[in-house]
Amino acid sequence: MSVLLIAEHNNKEVKSFTLNAITAASQIDQDLHVLLIGHNADDVAKSLSEVPLVKKVLHMDNEIYENYIAENYTSAILKHADKYSHIVCSANTFGKNLMPRIAALLDISQVSDIIKVIAPDTFLRPIYAGNAFATVKSNDDKKCITIRPTSFEAAETTGGSAEIEKVDAADKTENTKFVNREEIKSDRPELGTARIVISGGRGLQSGENFKLITDVADKLNAAIGASRAAVDAGYITNEHQVGQTGKVVVPDLYIAVGISGAIQHLAGMKESKVIVAINKDGEAPIFSVADYGLEADLFEALPQFLEELNKLNTIQK
Amino acid sequence: MKILVAVKRVIDYNVQIRVKEDGSGVVTDNVKMSTNPPDDNAIEEAVKIKEAGKASEIIAVTVGEEKAQETVRKALAVGADRGIHVKVDSILEPLAVSKILKKIVEKENPDLVFMGKQAIDDDCNQTGQMLAAHLNWPQATFASKIEVKENSLEVTREVDEGLETIEVNTPAIVTCDLRLNEPRYASLPNIMKAKKKPIEQINASDLGVDTNPRIEHIKIEEPPKRKAGIKVASVEELVQKLKNEAKVI
Repeated sequence: MSVLLIAEHNNKEVKSFTLNAITAASQIDQDLHVLLIGHNADDVAKSLSEVPLVKKVLHMDNEIYENYIAENYTSAILKHADKYSHIVCSANTFGKNLMPRIAALLDISQVSDIIKVIAPDTFLRPIYAGNAFATVKSNDDKKCITIRPTSFEAAETTGGSAEIEKVDAADKTENTKFVNREEIKSDRPELGTARIVISGGRGLQSGENFKLITDVADKLNAAIGASRAAVDAGYITNEHQVGQTGKVVVPDLYIAVGISGAIQHLAGMKESKVIVAINKDGEAPIFSVADYGLEADLFEALPQFLEELNKLNTIQK
Repeated sequence: MKILVAVKRVIDYNVQIRVKEDGSGVVTDNVKMSTNPPDDNAIEEAVKIKEAGKASEIIAVTVGEEKAQETVRKALAVGADRGIHVKVDSILEPLAVSKILKKIVEKENPDLVFMGKQAIDDDCNQTGQMLAAHLNWPQATFASKIEVKENSLEVTREVDEGLETIEVNTPAIVTCDLRLNEPRYASLPNIMKAKKKPIEQINASDLGVDTNPRIEHIKIEEPPKRKAGIKVASVEELVQKLKNEAKVI
């Protein structure tokens, strides 16, 4: 058995969720190879080779891989699929887009979004927005799996020295073209990996009012999240959405402000270690998952919260 | 241009799921069922494209038990022209559904296939991509904006970093995000009219597709419960608890 993990990167750096996926992949089998498909991504290849859990890096370099196109990645991966018992990647928008295309061409029924490796063919995965956990066993000879990154620790990134093997590129599709990517640059911690997340919902009432959230986030060095209602209302952009169809976060501290707590939102945050809810509706479902609930008007509570935080001098970064 | 839209019948998104005590699944008896929410966006988008004069026909298809027809009927009530119901008796994996949809695509020859990006029951997020693979068509997943051009689509996709735009040549598969549009409600006259629109029934077993399950569900269980929290009386108390009790700030 050997596992082939597909790396996500931007040709300069490995995306952090790939490191979480590496941990899960190594629990399936220790003979873990990583396939890096990119262009001028030698630094990425080197950094992957230094991850101690990685036994080998296959590096496919070609200008057709300057941007990630699922169709091109799929042909690249299929060239190497026969040698592996498992093909895996992270279950974020990268892997969710990619893996089913590979699985279908290999005639494999994919196991999506696993949160635990029970055995090399048996996994735990959430269904119904995390309201049930399914233990599933794949009976396909080969397995295609996506890994929920926040359910696994990130792998160590130094100390390894895996071989880097250059491999040839595959066919390019003529039917899909990359046009552009609007990435929102931020100095804040990434939502998926932040130690503290503060999220706002429809209770904020406007995009301007999100400044109340931003001020607290600055103080706590927190990432900013949002409910779908807040994103739909245009208060904040989509990459902040936490929930069943947005991002799943597992921070040490999650502060939900003006969020009622729909099932779909809870799916994205209820595994957080400590949950705080601030909401003026004492019956809001968010309180059912909160360790600390404060029934209050957020427009009064948030400025006070910031004031109290300012009195502390020991905020952990 | 012909658009095929795939819809799935799922437990309504507002229903609190209950897991069966014997670990065999979740309770579906007497539970409200609806169309998978992003599938409503897929139908809506197809109808908008037709209203803009860029599509000639919309076909709604579902794969499911007898009652799954309701989702097709709803699609007909908001603007689909006709329906196809592929009847199956058991719950199929996305791989099997994608193979069935491939047969339907081969029969109907649509230029576009739309569906929701993910079903909210099994949360697999696979069917659209798998169908694209079987057909060797381009895929545009997690679409939040679609611009129809001549022989191609420009699709804005919601990705982790923000938004990505790609151009795909038709025929193509698009999986729809909830932010693609605001699905309309069916008016009563349209619901009545939809009753007269045709729904073709096909038995999945007649399509010659291997639908045998590849994945065994060993156990379905409730997720671990969070222990009950407390209500704090003031912001001061909250900050003290976070600092001294939870030790997270």
